[in-house]
Amino acid sequence: MDAAVQTITTFHPREDGWLTRLFDWKPFLVALCMLPTAGLLLVFLTYPLGLGVWLAFTDTTIGQPGHWIGLENFISLSNDPVFWMAVTNTIFYTASATVGKFALGLWLALLLNHHIPFKAFVRAILLLPWIVPTVLSAIAWWWIYDPQFSIISYVVVNVLHLKTNYINFLGTPWHARWSLVVANIWRGIPFVAITLLAGLQTISPSLYEAALLDGASGWQQFRRITVPMLMPILAIVLTLSILFTFSDFQLVYAITRGGPFNTTHLMATLAFQRAIDGSELGEGAAIAVAMIPFLVVATLVSFFGLGRRKWMQGEGND
Amino acid sequence: MTSGISRRDSLILGGAALGAAGVPVIGARAQAPTPPDVPMADVKPPTFPVEKGARLHVIRPAKFIDPDQVYWDINTKRFTDTTGIPVAVNYISWEDLRPQTAVIANTGAGADIVFGWAIDPFLYETKLVGMNDLAEYLGKKYGGWFDIAKLYGTRWKTNYWHSLPIGGGSGPTVYRISWVKQAGYDRIPDNLDDFMTLCRKLKQIGHPCGFSIGHAVGDANGFAEWALWANGAQVVDPEGRVALDSKETVAALKYVAELYKYMIPGTIAWNDSGNNKAYAAGDIGLTFNGVSIYYVLKNSPDPTLQAMAKDTMHQAVPQGLAKRSPMTAGPMNAMLFKHSKYPNAAKEYIRFLMEAPQYGPWLAKCYGYWSEPLKSYAKMKFWTEDPKLAPYANAMDTIYYDGYAGPITAAASAVVANYTVVDMFAAVATGNATPQSAIRTAVREAERYYGKA
Repeated sequence: MDAAVQTITTFHPREDGWLTRLFDWKPFLVALCMLPTAGLLLVFLTYPLGLGVWLAFTDTTIGQPGHWIGLENFISLSNDPVFWMAVTNTIFYTASATVGKFALGLWLALLLNHHIPFKAFVRAILLLPWIVPTVLSAIAWWWIYDPQFSIISYVVVNVLHLKTNYINFLGTPWHARWSLVVANIWRGIPFVAITLLAGLQTISPSLYEAALLDGASGWQQFRRITVPMLMPILAIVLTLSILFTFSDFQLVYAITRGGPFNTTHLMATLAFQRAIDGSELGEGAAIAVAMIPFLVVATLVSFFGLGRRKWMQGEGND
Repeated sequence: MTSGISRRDSLILGGAALGAAGVPVIGARAQAPTPPDVPMADVKPPTFPVEKGARLHVIRPAKFIDPDQVYWDINTKRFTDTTGIPVAVNYISWEDLRPQTAVIANTGAGADIVFGWAIDPFLYETKLVGMNDLAEYLGKKYGGWFDIAKLYGTRWKTNYWHSLPIGGGSGPTVYRISWVKQAGYDRIPDNLDDFMTLCRKLKQIGHPCGFSIGHAVGDANGFAEWALWANGAQVVDPEGRVALDSKETVAALKYVAELYKYMIPGTIAWNDSGNNKAYAAGDIGLTFNGVSIYYVLKNSPDPTLQAMAKDTMHQAVPQGLAKRSPMTAGPMNAMLFKHSKYPNAAKEYIRFLMEAPQYGPWLAKCYGYWSEPLKSYAKMKFWTEDPKLAPYANAMDTIYYDGYAGPITAAASAVVANYTVVDMFAAVATGNATPQSAIRTAVREAERYYGKA
C-alpha cells in the first residue's frame, strides 16, 4: 500500500443519522419510489375496478344504495336473450375486426417498410384515423351510413347510376354489423400498421440477404423470416387490439346505439344502456364484469400462445 | 333535434341579454311589465322570509334553442337585481342531468335546485322540500294545473307536491300542408284507417311519412307509445302489472307493420335528428316532432326553408281509439333539495320565475318549444298569433305519460330507456318477428322491471 491509499484508509466517515440509514435501506427506497405510481393505480384503477365488481353483486340503482344479492344479476342475465345477443355480437365484432385490421395492417406495414418518397410524411398521415377522437370519426361514419344522405349511396345512385335505391347500411342486422366492423377496421389499422412496421424494422436485413442468396422466394422469406421474427410484437399488438375492440363503446354508441332492435349491442353499450339510461347500476356492472373472463382468455391465448418463443427466453431458436 | 337559429339572431339575442344586464340598478328594481294576455286571479303570494346572505346554485337542462337560455338568464338576472340574491345557473347536457341529479341527491351537496326530468322527483321524494304552498298559490293564480303537471308534481294519487313542474315538451304531428292536400286531406285524420290511407297516398305521390323506430331517445319512444295508445293498448294497467299481452297490442303491431311499408326507408337507423334532417331536406312530408323542425325552418335565412315553414302545419297526434289525443309531454320539474341552506330564497326564485312578467316572455320567445303547466299561460297571444303553434299550447293537457296507466316509478323510465316497446315494434315492422313472439319478448323485458304480473 502506498501513502495515498494509507491516507484514505485513515479517513473516518461521520456516523449515519437514522434518516440517512432509512433512505439507504433498499426496501424502503423501493416502496417510496413506487408509492406515487402505486397510489395512482390504486385510486384510479383498482378502486373503480373493485367498486364495479362489487356493484355487480348488488341491486344498486342510480339514486338508491343497493344491497348484496349475490349472483342474482348474473342469473337473470343468463336468461336474457339480449345479453347473449350482445355477447355473440361482441365476439363476432372483435373477431372480424381484428382479422381485418391485422391483414390490412400487416400488408400496409410491409408496403411502408420499403423506401418510398415522403416516407415520414406518409407514415404520419397514416396515423390520422387513430388519432382523430373516436367520437368525431364515429359521427363521420354515421353520416356516411345515413339512409338518406350517405355519400356512398349518392355516388353509387346519382353519379354512377349502379343502383336505384339508396343503400340501407344500418337498417338490417347484418348490414349494420358489417358496417360497424368496417368503421372499426378503418380506425384500427394505423395502430397495427405502425407497430408492426416498428417490428419489421428490427428484423435484420442480413437475414433476408442470406435467404435471397439461398434462393428463397418472396413468400418463403415472408413465412420463414418475417412471421417468426414478428411474433413477439404481433402478440402484444394482438392482445392490445383485442382488448380495445372487445370493450369498444364509442363507435357503436354514436352510430347505432345498439339498434336495430339490439342487434348491434356490444357488451359495453348494453352495460351503459342498462346502467345509466335504465338506472340499473348493478345489472350494468354485472354485464361489464361478464366481459372479464373473455378478456382474460383472449390475453392469455394471444400473449402466451404467440408471444413466448424459446429464443426469447434465451434457449436457442424455435 | 337540431338548433339552428341564425347567427344574426344569435347576435340580437346576445345583445338583448347584454342589454338586460346593463340596465341601471334603479330601473331594474322596478317590476318588469306584466304581460296583458295572461289572465290572473288576485291571490296573495306566500311569504318566504328570505335568509340573510342567501346565494343559490341551480342546475337545469342545456338549451336546444338559444332563446331558452337567453330569457332564463334575463329572468334570473332580474331576480338577483330585485332581491339581491346571486344565483348561479349551470346548463347541463340532457344525458348527464339524471346522473348528476343522483349524485346531488345521494351526497347531500351541490345544487340547491335541480330542474330535472322524468321520474327523478319520485325517486328522491324523501330528499325534497314539499312544494304545496307554491303549487297551490300558482294554481289558484294562473287558472289551475294541467293534468300531467299534477301527475308529475305530486305523489301518486295524493295532493302532496314534491316538485314543481316548469314546462313540458311534446311531439305532435308535423306535416306539409300542400302535400297532405295533394293526398286528398285538409287535416290529419283522427281515424286510424284514414291515417293509414293518407300515409299510403303520401308515399304514392313521392312524399312519404317517416317515424323513427330505432334507438332514438325521444322520437322512437314517442311514436311507439302513440301506436300503443291509439290502438287502445298500454304497457301497464293501473295496478302496475304488465298488460302488453293483449289483442290491442297485436292490432297496434300489425298497424305499424303496415305503416312501415309506407314510410321512407331506413327509419330504423334514425336517431332523434333523423326526421329533422329528412323533413328539412324535403324527403318526408309527415312526422311527429317537437317544434324544433318548424323553428329551424322559420328562422333560416334560406328562402327555400322559409317557404317550407310556411307550408308546415302542426296538429295533435291522431286520436285513434283513445278518447283524446294520445300525446305525452315530458315535464321538467323544479326539485328543491332539503340539504339547501336557503330553502326560502330558493322557493322565492322558483315563484319569481313562474310569475307572468318572467314566465310569459320566456315561454313566448321559446316559440312553443316549452309548453306551460299552468292553464292561464295557454291564453297568451303568441299561441294564436301563429296558428301553427296550437298543439303546443295545450300539450300538457294530457293524461298520457311514460308507463301509462300504471304508477309513475323507476320501472316506467327503465322500460323507456331500454327501448322495450320500440324494439317490439321494430322487430315486427321489419319482419324479424311475429307479433306474438315480439310481445313475449317485450313482456319478459318489461317484467324484469315491473315484476311478474
